[in-house]
Parts: sequence; structure tokens; C-alpha cells
Amino acid sequence: MKSNNNNNSIFKRFTRVAESNLIIVMVVLILVLWLMNDKFLSFVNVTNLLRQTAIIGVLAVGMTFVILSAGIDLSVGSVLAFSSIIASKLMVAGIPVWVSTIIALVSGSIIGALMGIIIYKGNVPAFIATLGGMTIVRALVMLMCGAQKIMWLPDAVVDFAVQRYLGIPAMAYVWFITVIIGWFVSRYTVFGRNIYAIGSNTEAARLSGIKIGINICGIYAFSAFMSSVAGMLMTARLGSGVPTAGQGYELDAIAAVVVGGGSLFGAVGSIPGTVLGTIIIASIRNGGTLIGINPFILDILVGSMIVFAVLFDQLRKNKV
Amino acid sequence: MADTIKSFVRMENIYKDFPSVKALQDVSIAFNTGEIHAIVGENGAGKSTLIKILMGVFRETSGEIYIEDKKVDISDPVVSRSLGLSAVYQDVTIADNLTVAENFFLGNIPKNKFGLVRWAYMYEVAQKALNALNIKVDAHSLVKDLPVGQQEMVVIAKKNFDRSKLIIFDEPTALLTNEEVEELYKIIHTLKSEGAAIVYISHRLEEIFELCDVVTVLKDGKWVDTLPVCETTEDELIAKMVGRRIEDMYSIRHFKPGEKVLEVKNLSKMGKFENISFELHKGEILGFFGLVGSGRTEIMRSIFGADAYDSGEVVMNGQKRSIKSPAGAISLGMGFLPEDRKTQGLTLEMSVKENINLASYTEISKFGLINLKREQLNANEYVNKLKVATPGIYQKVLNLSGGNQQKVVVAKWLCKDSSIFIFDEPTVGIDVGARAEVYKLLQDLLKDGNAIIIKSSYLPEIMGIADRIIVISEGKYMRTVTRGDYDEEELLRLASGIK
Repeated sequence: MKSNNNNNSIFKRFTRVAESNLIIVMVVLILVLWLMNDKFLSFVNVTNLLRQTAIIGVLAVGMTFVILSAGIDLSVGSVLAFSSIIASKLMVAGIPVWVSTIIALVSGSIIGALMGIIIYKGNVPAFIATLGGMTIVRALVMLMCGAQKIMWLPDAVVDFAVQRYLGIPAMAYVWFITVIIGWFVSRYTVFGRNIYAIGSNTEAARLSGIKIGINICGIYAFSAFMSSVAGMLMTARLGSGVPTAGQGYELDAIAAVVVGGGSLFGAVGSIPGTVLGTIIIASIRNGGTLIGINPFILDILVGSMIVFAVLFDQLRKNKV
Repeated sequence: MADTIKSFVRMENIYKDFPSVKALQDVSIAFNTGEIHAIVGENGAGKSTLIKILMGVFRETSGEIYIEDKKVDISDPVVSRSLGLSAVYQDVTIADNLTVAENFFLGNIPKNKFGLVRWAYMYEVAQKALNALNIKVDAHSLVKDLPVGQQEMVVIAKKNFDRSKLIIFDEPTALLTNEEVEELYKIIHTLKSEGAAIVYISHRLEEIFELCDVVTVLKDGKWVDTLPVCETTEDELIAKMVGRRIEDMYSIRHFKPGEKVLEVKNLSKMGKFENISFELHKGEILGFFGLVGSGRTEIMRSIFGADAYDSGEVVMNGQKRSIKSPAGAISLGMGFLPEDRKTQGLTLEMSVKENINLASYTEISKFGLINLKREQLNANEYVNKLKVATPGIYQKVLNLSGGNQQKVVVAKWLCKDSSIFIFDEPTVGIDVGARAEVYKLLQDLLKDGNAIIIKSSYLPEIMGIADRIIVISEGKYMRTVTRGDYDEEELLRLASGIK
């Protein structure tokens, strides 16, 4: 349908998929790591990897929407901790787990909507608004719990982290569900089209009758909602509310989107690309540790990947 | 042809193939020093490709380029510049936040022996270069503080200062006022008399007759003819370009105006426009004429809700409306084609399909879910209706030519089923053929009982198609002239503020 090219061999069709380069990178990377340490693909490690990846993966889904709209969200790590602490406090106070979770998700999302309002109404660059948000929310978290961990959460929370269905950790399912939601919204909804339109050309979008304000609010609220979901996963994984949780996670989330083909100039990128970017970055971190690479070196690697992903994107653009 | 004229640049048997198109086929052309050489042709005729090969942006697939009879290999823009070739593009490209003088020395700032910038020297030299071309700009001024026209003059002066031996002007008058165009002509003549070879590209044929010595016609990537301007006519050029006579160009069928659909009363905005009142009827084209910067675009944008206005009323179909946003205007049936389709009309990274549907997603969705079938149907329908030349509806708009991009913007509003269309400079930067199609489109819109407002700074166009022309000068209403009473000189006089 997309092309009347006669050559429909599997390889040709594969290369036409936008993410084909990334799939190759991912497969090669996984093979290399596996060759260097065969524990990399062991059952224990893969489930562990999925558990680690789930949190960044969920953040990255929200970040994809933000970056597609030519914005940025630096506050995701702080919002993660915010929702974690809110939920933990409520649970410790005896509120049912599901009620606490809903309250945490809603209050996290409200923070995102507020940042969206500041960005749109105040015409504040997203970088600044969310940088401020990151600092303020983290400070709020510290004040709320006196910079102390919140322990003795209900067993159900801790159990969730170790639960599996069909051998796959429950946390990974949460990630998969957010990916499907993100993919569906970006492909099949008006909101999804609006995000791309705003990222491509805000003025043209506005003159086409798209209400920019409500959409920007929605985008940052969505990102904050995803951060809050990640906060719940984090709470389960740590078995407590930790006020310093999620620090620096915004970088890995941005990296996942950018390595996955997202452009910081907006309108270019996709949820499948982000998923691949997430897996690539998580494999480097996990596999690297497994074969004994110094974690600081791994940071250098991830940092370089972000730069190279953008460099690659620019080179491709300049090639006409 | 006299053999005594020595060509500065000769391009011989140039071919350029892109993956899907043969952009140039066997084109040979020579540019002489001290001569103004026009290149004309429809969009897609290969003008830009030819220029980009000279500028080192593209490599030719085959063919040879000679400069002063020496074969050269223009592998990238740096080589092109070092050979003395340069271009002035429509969209001026200089560093906005620097002074004029700094722009002159960009990349080559003069330093004294301590490695410090020689400011006084820079300003002095730059001022001299400006004065040499009689450009009344202070070298100390920041580029962003200058009007667009003067920015363009500064760019030209810089090219001259860089000792360019061949200067290409690509649609240089698109953004200029009439006086500025005169000034530009003078400058180009000065450059010519100083021995530069000039290449002049414009869709406005009358400019070519005013300014140029030789004209080359390209069509579908092939050379058609090169002839002295004094031996040809506009009719002949158009015939060579498209096979269409000039009288047919602007003649559109007019219809009997129906009921009043829009009435604007005393619309004012501080510093932009004041006391603008007019009526618009079904089946009518209302023209807004004036000089660039006379406030017409601001009026259109305020009516459409894109910018706020201070006072006044907008009445639609007999009801007073307060339009606060484009979304509001659109829901009342207005469509707006902004002046600059790239920065305001299109989402370039998105597909033809998505751009056509951009204003219509609320109609083709339920609970926020898009009806993909209807999205696709809409796109196919309007691509066919408007004959948008695209490999498919999934093509990014970025990859279409100017005329086709404009069609996509029009398609967006047709798809939305608007009834009042505001066109802001609908044919800027699109070629004769595509222009004729835009006019045909306007005619079809009128036939279906829509009403159209057109803002144009191009007199032949607005006189040709508008039923009434409102002249605006410096934000003030001057007069409404009705079809049949059009007089070019009077319109120009009114536009310059003389009653």
C-alpha cells in the first residue's frame, strides 16, 4: 500500500521499517553481550533486566510524547519520587493500596498539568519550567517525609515486585501496557496527531484550529502520569517510599527516546523506537555491569550514545 | 551569438538525477560578466536544482562546469564561494543579533596584533561597502532592527564585498515594497556595471523585462530557449514555459454576489490598523491591496482570531460574533491561508494525508479516536481534486514543491468545508502554471457559493481576480474600488497614502 515497489523480499520490507537500524543495533548488542557473558541471557538476568527496564521504560513512554511536541520534561524523576512518597504515606496511614495508588497517580498528573499551564500560558521554555519543577517537587518530597524513607508498606506492594505471570515479572507487564497505550494514542487518536502537529509547527497547528494550551497541558500531564506509574513500580521494587528515588532518571528517559530516533526538534520519533532505545540502553547498563565494566564507564557510554544518536540524525538530514 | 563575449561560467550538458526524478537533462547555459541573465520556468522546471549545483549544494550527475574556460569541480559550498559564486535567497540568511558590520566580516573578523577585534576598522569598511551601492543603512545597526527589505540589501552588499563574480538572485522581490524593488534594481545595475555576472530568478515576468538582458527558459528539467529580452514578449515566454497565453492567466469567471456573509465594523488595533469596515458577500472575491507592511495581514489575522484586536465588531451571517481564537473562527466556517505556508500553514514533517486532515480531525473522530478510513478517503479525494503532485498521501509535505505545498494548505480548508476563505498572498513563490491552478481553484470555490478575501501585493493579480479592491495604507482604510474602475496608477497612489 505504501509503495508500489515490486521487490518485496523480507529484507527489503524490513529496511523500509523506520526502526530497522535500531533493531539491528539491538540484536548485535545483545549477541555481543551474550558472547561476552552467557549469563546475560539467563532467565534470572533477563527477568532482572525487565524489572530494571520497566521503570525507565514507563518514563520514556511519557517522555516520547513530550519530545514529539518539541518539548522536554526534566521533572520525571522528581514526580516519580513524589507519587511514591504520597502513596507510601497513605498506605502507612492505613488507606487501601488501590485508593492510595489512584490518589498518587492523580496528584502526580496534576503537577504535570501545572507545568503545562506555565509553559503555555507563561510562554516559559519547557526546559526552564520542568527544571524548576524538578527542583521544587524534589524539595516538596523531602519536606513531606522529612527526608526519611517510609517503611512498613503493606505486603501486597512488596509482593507485586516479585510476582510473575507466565514467568515474566508483573512490573514488565505494566511497562508493556503503557507502551501499548502510548503507541495507540500516538497513532490512532486526535491527541496523538495534535502532538505531532504541535511539534512540527505550533503556529500552523494553532491556525488549523488546534487548541494548543489544552494539548500542551495534556502532554505534560501524560508524562507526569507515566512518571507516577513509574513511581508506583519503584515503591514496589524498593519495598518502601524513598525520597531520593528516581534522581537522574530523566537522563535515561531522554536517552531512550533520542536513541530510539526521536528528534528534540519535535515531530520525529515513535513509541516503538523508544522501546528499542530503552532496551538498548538498559542492555548496556545491565550487560556492562555483568561483564564487569566500571559503572562510570557505562555512564560515558550512555552519554556518548545520546550524542551519537543526535549526530547520526543530523548527518542523515544534511545528506539531503 | 557573438563570440567576443567571454562567458564567466559555462555549464555544459548538465544532468541531475534524483532517486525518483530526472531534475535536469542535458542543460547547457552560460553566464557572462556584465550581463543580467534571467532564468524562468515553472516550479519543478529545474531552476533551483541548476542553481544549487552552482552553489555546491548538489553534485551534478554528469556534465561539465567551466569558470573562465577552466574546468572546475564544485564539490561543496566552500569551493563554490572560493570561486566567487554566491546567491541571495528569498529568505534572507544572516545573523540577526549581530551588527551589519559584524555580518560583513562573519568568519573573518579582523584582529590587531594582540588578537583583539578591530571594531573601528570593521565599521569603516562595512560602511564604505554599503555606501558604494548607495544603501542607506548604518553599519552599526543590528540586523534584526532593519526592515526585511534593508536586510536583503545588506546581504547583497555583503556578497559584493566578498568579491563575488557571479551573484544569483532567487526571487529577490518577493518580500520587498515597490520603492525597495526600485532600489534593488539600481543596486543590481551597479553590480552589473562593475562587471559581475548576475543570474536573476523570478516568477514575476514583468521584472525580467524591466531588468534583464538575456532570458533562458527551462521546462521539465530541459533547456527550451535562450534569447535576448528585447527580442521577446511576456506572451512568448509564457508560451514557452507552459503553453498558455497571458490574457488567460488572470481571467477568472465572476459570479453575481449573493447575500452578505461577513461584516466587519470599525475594527481597530493600536499601532496596526484603525477603523476598518467592510462587507463580504457570497460568491465574491474581495481584494486587499496595499504596500508590504500596511497592516493587511494583521487585519486578516485579527478577523480569524489569530491575534486579538482592540475594538470593533465582526458580524457573520447577521449575528455578532466574538472570535477569540482560530479554533473559534474555524467552527464558524472560516479558513485562513497564511502568508508563509512553511512557517504558518504546514506541518512539514507530517504527511500529505495528515496535513489535509489537520483542521478536520474533530469531525472524523469519535471520542478522540480517528476514523482512519475517512482520514485516508479525505486525503485521496483532495489530492485528486487539486491534482497535488505527490508520490502518495504518505509523503512528507517537506518533500513537495512550493506550488504543491500551497495546494495542500488549500486542501486542508476545502476538507474542513469552510465557507469563508481568507487567502494571504496565495501565489507568492509559486510558478505560472501552479498559479493558474490556484485561480481555477478560487473560481470553483466561488461557484460553490463561498466567499473569498484575498490579500495580495501583486497588482496584476489582484486586478485580475478581485470583484472589489479595498486599499489600505499604513493601517488606514483608503478606498474601495469596484471592478471596472480599476486603474493601476490610482491603486498605487492610494496604497502610498495619497487620496
